Amino acid sequence: MRDTMRNRCVGVVFYVSALFLLLSSGAMAKEWKLSPKQSIAEVVEQAQAGDTLRFVAGVYKQANIIIQKPLVLLGEKGAVLDGSHQHEILVLAAEHITVQGLSFQHSGRSSLNDLAAIKCLDAHYVRIINNQFDNTFFGIHLSNSNYALIEGNTLKAQALNEYELGNGIHLWKCKNARIVKNTITGHRDGIYFEFVTHSTIQENISTKNMRYGLHFMFSNDDEYLNNTFKNNGAGVSVMYSHGVSMHGNRFEENWGESSYGLLLKDIRDSEVIDNQFLANTSGIYMEGCSRTQFHGNEFKNNGWAIQLQASCNDNTLERNNFQGNSFDVVTNGVVVLNTLKNNYWDKYQGYDLDKDGLGDVPFRPVNMFSTVMERVPAAIVLWRSMLVFLLDRAEKVIPAMTPENLMDNQPRMKPYDYN
Amino acid sequence: MLRIIKYIMYDILRTRFMFIYFLFLLLSTIALFQLDSEASKVVMSLMNVVLMVVPLISVVFTTIHFYNSYEFIELMLIQPVNRKVVFWSEYLAVTISLSLAFLLGVGIPILLYGANASALMLLYSGLMLTLVFVSMAFLAAVLTRDKAKAIGVGLLFWFYFVLIYDAFVLWVIYTFSDYPLEKVSLALIAFNPVDLARILMLLQLDISALMGYTGAFFKNFFEGYAGFIFSTALLLVWMVLPVGFATRIFSKKDL
Repeated sequence: MRDTMRNRCVGVVFYVSALFLLLSSGAMAKEWKLSPKQSIAEVVEQAQAGDTLRFVAGVYKQANIIIQKPLVLLGEKGAVLDGSHQHEILVLAAEHITVQGLSFQHSGRSSLNDLAAIKCLDAHYVRIINNQFDNTFFGIHLSNSNYALIEGNTLKAQALNEYELGNGIHLWKCKNARIVKNTITGHRDGIYFEFVTHSTIQENISTKNMRYGLHFMFSNDDEYLNNTFKNNGAGVSVMYSHGVSMHGNRFEENWGESSYGLLLKDIRDSEVIDNQFLANTSGIYMEGCSRTQFHGNEFKNNGWAIQLQASCNDNTLERNNFQGNSFDVVTNGVVVLNTLKNNYWDKYQGYDLDKDGLGDVPFRPVNMFSTVMERVPAAIVLWRSMLVFLLDRAEKVIPAMTPENLMDNQPRMKPYDYN
Repeated sequence: MLRIIKYIMYDILRTRFMFIYFLFLLLSTIALFQLDSEASKVVMSLMNVVLMVVPLISVVFTTIHFYNSYEFIELMLIQPVNRKVVFWSEYLAVTISLSLAFLLGVGIPILLYGANASALMLLYSGLMLTLVFVSMAFLAAVLTRDKAKAIGVGLLFWFYFVLIYDAFVLWVIYTFSDYPLEKVSLALIAFNPVDLARILMLLQLDISALMGYTGAFFKNFFEGYAGFIFSTALLLVWMVLPVGFATRIFSKKDL
């Protein structure tokens, strides 16, 4: 709650300052009206820094428009820039450029170049707001551009093969970007971050992308808040980073053999708090992950709630809800270097004699049969049979195959109410 | 035939066993719904009831009933009635009454507390298991003349399919884990009706986990209707075969 308030405040301040900027520059800036017959490049050539280019409705079949001065590009309803399946459409190569309300379609495809609808090169402080992207290769592509604001855009792509697709929003070597309330569907990666620091990804919806909903590499000190990642080919992957905060996101229905709600690889000193993991094949898969806090998350109806590889250490899982998962925790070793505390497990059958809301006997979330399945995946056909039930009971009494120390000493009796 | 079925049904209702079975299912289902607010967890607990109790009751009740109505059967056969008609009337009457008791006992609370896809699948697989195990119990009953022996054979069927067979499958899967086992494991499952019913439930309850399996063959099986059709078809075979054998034995048997 406090977080959303803070975000809202930050948003308001941002808008007010943006308004002032517009008003103050509006006093001297000129407005150019463009129609589809005019050459955009010529108007851009004539315009002065701070001018506004207003695109009236119509299809502009013009591409490779390079903008090297701070302009405002405004699209009226129905103004469409078309790349004719061959070219890049807009290239922004100056600071303080705004692109708002335009539609982009049919950018070129290439396996050599990252052709994009909007490409930003060393363009700091760009603002890309409320645009529409249909069937573009890369949608918005930023490299070495700091303080970008990308807000309220809708990106849709359709292709049958991964090589025909680029990323929706692609950032490379950027700082302090804000990516807010975008909707991305059908791209390769919905949002892609590489070497991006101190940035925020907030309230985006990334669905049905062919690879990852969010792909995150070598990007430190970023936060992503309240996003929804649903039904992506391989879920969300966060790799080789530290200081990442993930709060209030929803990871839903990422199904498949190598599909993860959230894949964490070589992550340290991060936070995964108040997220929801619903009906994924794997809720969280973690490998080489250390000193990370997992609090207040909800794991529901996943195949595996958490796959905790033995290479993880000093992580804390506390006050999470585990409900209706086929398997709660699986691991591939016997050494336990992580802490599980005060979680709610719906499979817990202990008692609470002192009525403090915490169970009096520890809960071992690793199911014996999941260990068998790690070795022989085909054994899944026996899951939930009487035999497996009996074996599991025997294992609970005398742990032989499962790590004895991987347990929650004080499991919670009732689920936390996180709604 | 209808008239014979009617008389047998009266006879079954008179023993009150059916009523107790119905009441047991009704009460335990309601109790599970009361204890747990979450429908999916209730379905999971009920699944154990369906996979264990339903076959057991079907086997025991059918064999006992068959031997208790031995005199009635002998009496009927004195009349100018075909043996097959008598046998099939017995079979249908037992099947219908057990199925009804199950469907009402579990179905009414499910409808009251909210039906969903997995609950309906539970009813369906319970019904199929009833049909299969009644059929098997009839086979066990015609195999011997001794009541205790027949119950023993029926219980052995139950024990074999619920526990022993799965242990064998697990052993095979474990021993040959170096080989691709997808088709083999599915083929092995086909030889056990309880496993087939369980697969029907898994398709509802654990679909997220099932989708994690790497083999393309498995994936096609679990996705869409392939798994459902496969299981249903084989369960029907499991129902028809034992009762078919039983009919043949019964029509030639020296009572």
